[in-house]
Amino acid sequence: MASLSVALDRSPLRMPSRTLLVIAILAVATGLVSLLALGFGAMVVPPGRVAALLVDAVMTGVDPMSTDALVILQIRLPRLLLGLLVGAALAVSGAIMQGLFRNPLADPGLVGVSSGAALAAAVTIVLGDTLLAPVFGKLPFAVLPVGAFGGGLVTTLALYLIATREGRTSIATMLLAGIALGALTGAFMGFLSFASDDRQLRDLTFWSLGSLGGATWTKVQAVAPLVLPVLLATPFLARGLNALTLGEAEAFHLGVPVQRVKAAAILLVAVAVGASVAAAGVIGFVGIVVPHVLRMAVGANHRLLLPASALLGAALLVAADIVARTVVAPAELPIGTLTAAIGAPFFLWLLLSRHRSAPA
Amino acid sequence: MSAVEARSLTLRRGGRMLVDSVTCACGAGRLTAIVGPNGAGKSTLLKLLAGELPPSSGEVLLHGRPLAAFPLWALAALRAVMPQSTSLAFPFTVSEVVGFGVDGIGRGLSRRDRARLVTHALEQADVAQLAGRPFQTLSGGEQQRVQFARVLAQLAAGRTIEERQILLLDEPIASLDLKHQLTVLERARQLAGEGLAVIAILHDLQFAASFADEVLVMNAGRLVAAGHPLQVLTSHLIHDVFRVRLASAALPAAPWVAAR
Repeated sequence: MASLSVALDRSPLRMPSRTLLVIAILAVATGLVSLLALGFGAMVVPPGRVAALLVDAVMTGVDPMSTDALVILQIRLPRLLLGLLVGAALAVSGAIMQGLFRNPLADPGLVGVSSGAALAAAVTIVLGDTLLAPVFGKLPFAVLPVGAFGGGLVTTLALYLIATREGRTSIATMLLAGIALGALTGAFMGFLSFASDDRQLRDLTFWSLGSLGGATWTKVQAVAPLVLPVLLATPFLARGLNALTLGEAEAFHLGVPVQRVKAAAILLVAVAVGASVAAAGVIGFVGIVVPHVLRMAVGANHRLLLPASALLGAALLVAADIVARTVVAPAELPIGTLTAAIGAPFFLWLLLSRHRSAPA
Repeated sequence: MSAVEARSLTLRRGGRMLVDSVTCACGAGRLTAIVGPNGAGKSTLLKLLAGELPPSSGEVLLHGRPLAAFPLWALAALRAVMPQSTSLAFPFTVSEVVGFGVDGIGRGLSRRDRARLVTHALEQADVAQLAGRPFQTLSGGEQQRVQFARVLAQLAAGRTIEERQILLLDEPIASLDLKHQLTVLERARQLAGEGLAVIAILHDLQFAASFADEVLVMNAGRLVAAGHPLQVLTSHLIHDVFRVRLASAALPAAPWVAAR
């Protein structure tokens, strides 16, 4: 860590070139992982063939009928894109939440925002099945992200109101409130699974464990218009989050519209988490591991941290998905269990190292 | 017309008068010290003057214009505020923290100009040698000097928009060693000499007497005296307000000067 921060010059003048370098490295890594994800699986397709197929599909616009083309264009490509979108959304919303709460331990999965979104999505399904479906017919998938967004928004707001007093967020209160909110949504989820039939039960399990297994072009089309605007909006949040690191009063002194920045942060987190939960269920710890690793490697400046988190989160989730779908093939591990198995020990280590450095 | 003017400024919280109808004026080109015992309402008054807290009644005028009428960015260009202490949640470096000062209002400046302002501010606050260090690893006094550098950088960037600036300092020398107490106060004095209105909360009455053009004495939320330090800080007032007895007939000047 020390050697890295020496190697990367942090003087203000060198900032743009250093930012570009970090982004370029992460973008290349994401590209390589993506190629791997397309070629790797039950049927291995060499990278050259993958590239040729992609070029073909873009140039001619017709679906080639060969088996490998079908696997790549209809199964692996939507799954890859969904993985990239969800990974980027989770990592960025983690970074934004940490900036908003001025607290490196905030994570949408950890403090109940994701489970709030999942509960809302589940309720949307049940209500949709019983109340709306008889009138409107089968609900389109696009309704789910909207429901999940509502759930994410309510839990983020509740968490903020409970844990923040006069601009200061208590770490303990935030984590405890997160546990309480998680338990509350868990109770409702339990009730729903008690009342649901076999098919609905499978869906509910999918939400609580998290998986990219159900990826389709329809889901990609529903999630992309929500996640991409969030990613494009984050650069405008960077200055505000940087200044908020000093405290709300200090940010106000510097001319930052504090209330607007906070409202925007909560809204963006709810949209990103809602969309990714609706498409892939609850996938924890991406939002805490990715920004933390990046802060150690490239510093805390949100101008770099937010885009870098998006790229590293996307690459990491796709890599985890490659493991999840190959390690017990032909079955699949739910990816949420995988990220939790890696992320939870990391979180404990984070708590311990904080404990050592600052007793408060 | 004064740079900063308070008219019957009052803040009530839960039935308690934290600031009780304070009327005062702080001029441009002058260093005004606010003194008073703990809990006298000094910091609250400064927060009201900064626009950080809305008053229960009364108003603050900056150059004759109500504070509430200033847009946020104009306020940030006009006045800078140095807080008592700041904790940082993330590992920003010292030069990044000072850079926050020029980040918003310095947007019209070129990247090179902003970097120059930051470097200059780091030198002025004697923290240039800490520039690459993570802020969180510094001592309390070093952190305070970095905050001072950030405030200087904000003023320098704001000066490109607004020339009649105001600087508010909340116990700026509380955790500094003697040498840096002098550095900060001399720099504040110098800024006043350049035409800024500087308002600082100070605990050391000798420093207040040596550096300030005017002192405001607060006690129990009220402004109990205002004027030239040596005329205001009499043994009688010091006894009444601070509950200490002056050992000599008059307040002696601070016995320290910066070594050249």
